[in-house]
Amino acid sequence: MTTMAPDAGTQDDAAYEARFNAAVAAEERIEPRDWMPDAYRASLVRQIAQHAHSEIIGMQPEANWITRAPSLRRKAILMAKVQDEAGHGLYLYSAAETLGTSRDELLDRLHAGRQKYSSIFNYPTLTWADVGAIGWLVDGAAITNQVPLCRCSYGPYARAMVRICKEESFHQRQGYELLLALSKGTEAQHAMAQDAVNRWWWPSLMMFGPPDDESAHSAQSMAWRIKRHSNDELRQRFVDICVPQAESLGLTLPDPDLTWDEERGHYAFGPIDWDEFREVLRGNGPCNEQRINQRRTAHEEGAWVREAATAYAAKQAERSRHGYRAPQDQQQGDTQEEDIA
Amino acid sequence: MSSADWPLWEVFVRSRRGLSHTHAGSLHAPDAAMALRNARDLYTRRSEGVSVWVVPSAEITASSPDEKDSYFEPAADKPYRHPTFYEIPEGVRHL
Repeated sequence: MTTMAPDAGTQDDAAYEARFNAAVAAEERIEPRDWMPDAYRASLVRQIAQHAHSEIIGMQPEANWITRAPSLRRKAILMAKVQDEAGHGLYLYSAAETLGTSRDELLDRLHAGRQKYSSIFNYPTLTWADVGAIGWLVDGAAITNQVPLCRCSYGPYARAMVRICKEESFHQRQGYELLLALSKGTEAQHAMAQDAVNRWWWPSLMMFGPPDDESAHSAQSMAWRIKRHSNDELRQRFVDICVPQAESLGLTLPDPDLTWDEERGHYAFGPIDWDEFREVLRGNGPCNEQRINQRRTAHEEGAWVREAATAYAAKQAERSRHGYRAPQDQQQGDTQEEDIA
Repeated sequence: MSSADWPLWEVFVRSRRGLSHTHAGSLHAPDAAMALRNARDLYTRRSEGVSVWVVPSAEITASSPDEKDSYFEPAADKPYRHPTFYEIPEGVRHL
C-alpha cells in the first residue's frame, strides 16, 4: 500500500514506480503489500468489485428457476451452480479487500447504484431453456474473458480467477447439456431452446464490453497487464468457439451475417446494437430495478442472521471465559488438536 | 460487534493426507468455529480438502516486501549449500 511506504517523497515514489513497472514487465506478480500506483489500485478495485457484484447479482436470474427445475437431477445441479456463484463473489470480495477496501463499503456502493455489475444480468429468464442458454453462452463468454485473467499482474485477483475458472467449466457444460436435451426433445422443447439462444446471443457478445476504440479503461489495463487481450479480440474468439458448438446442438445463432471469413480465418458477424448496451448500462434494461431491489431486500432481510451469528459468537466467548465447553465444541476441539499434532 | 467488524481469517486446506496445509484464501466470521464452517462451505465444495485450518489474519507476522532484497540477500552468496556446487569425478556412483 502507498501508505505503508513511510515518508515516501516524490523522489522515492519515482523509484517505487520504476520498480513496480519493472516487476510488471518481468511478469512478476504484484502482491497486496507491494507499492503500487494509486491509479492501478483504483482500477483493480473497480474491476474486481464489478466482477464480484456480477457473481452475486448473477445468482438471481438462475435462482428464479430452482423451484421449477424439471427433475431432481436438474434441481441439484442448478442449486450447486447458484451456490458456486455466491462462492465466486466471496473469492472476489476477498481479493478486493486486499487492496484496502472493506466488503461493506463495496456492498454499500452496489446497493446505492454507484458500482456496476455485468449488464447481462439485467435480462429476464423467461423459460427453463434460459438456464441452459446462460450456462452455455453467458458462462462461456465469462470463461473466455476470465481465463486470461488467471495471468493478471495482481496476485490475489489472478489466484481467485484460477479457482473460479475451474468451477465455471461445470457451469458451461451443464448448460450445454441442458440445451442439447431440449434441442433433441419434442418440437416445443426444441423451439424453446432456440428462442432462448435467440434472446441470449447478442447480450452475450456485449459482455466483452464496447469495441476497442471506445473502451475507456482498456489501454491502461493492458499496459498494467491486468487485461491480456482486447475486447474485440476476446469477442471474436468467443464467436469462433460458439459457431461449431451451435451446430452440434442443432440450433442456429440469430445473425444472418454470420459467415466464415476464409481470409481472416475467423467468423464474420453482424453489427452489435450498442445503443441497447448503453441503455441497459444506464439502468434502462428490462430488470435493472428488480435486480438491485432484490439484492437490497436480501441484504436487509438477512441482517438478523448476521446479528444472530455475532450474538452467538459473543455468548460462546463468554462461556469459554467461565470454563464451560459444550460437548459439541469439545469434540470439535479434539479433532482439531489431533490434526495439528 | 456488528458483521462489519467480523475479523478476517486466513484459510489453509490439506488436500489429502500426507500433504501439508496450503493457503486457500480468506473469509470473515465472528469466531473461529464459524470461520471453520464457512471455510468448509467456501473452499471445499468439491472435496478439495480432508482438513482445514483457520487463522486470524491479524495474528500473522510477515516480512516486509520493501526489505525483500536485503532480507533474503544473505542466502544468495552461499551456493555451497546446494549439492550442485560440488564437482565429483565421472563414474563415481551413489553420491
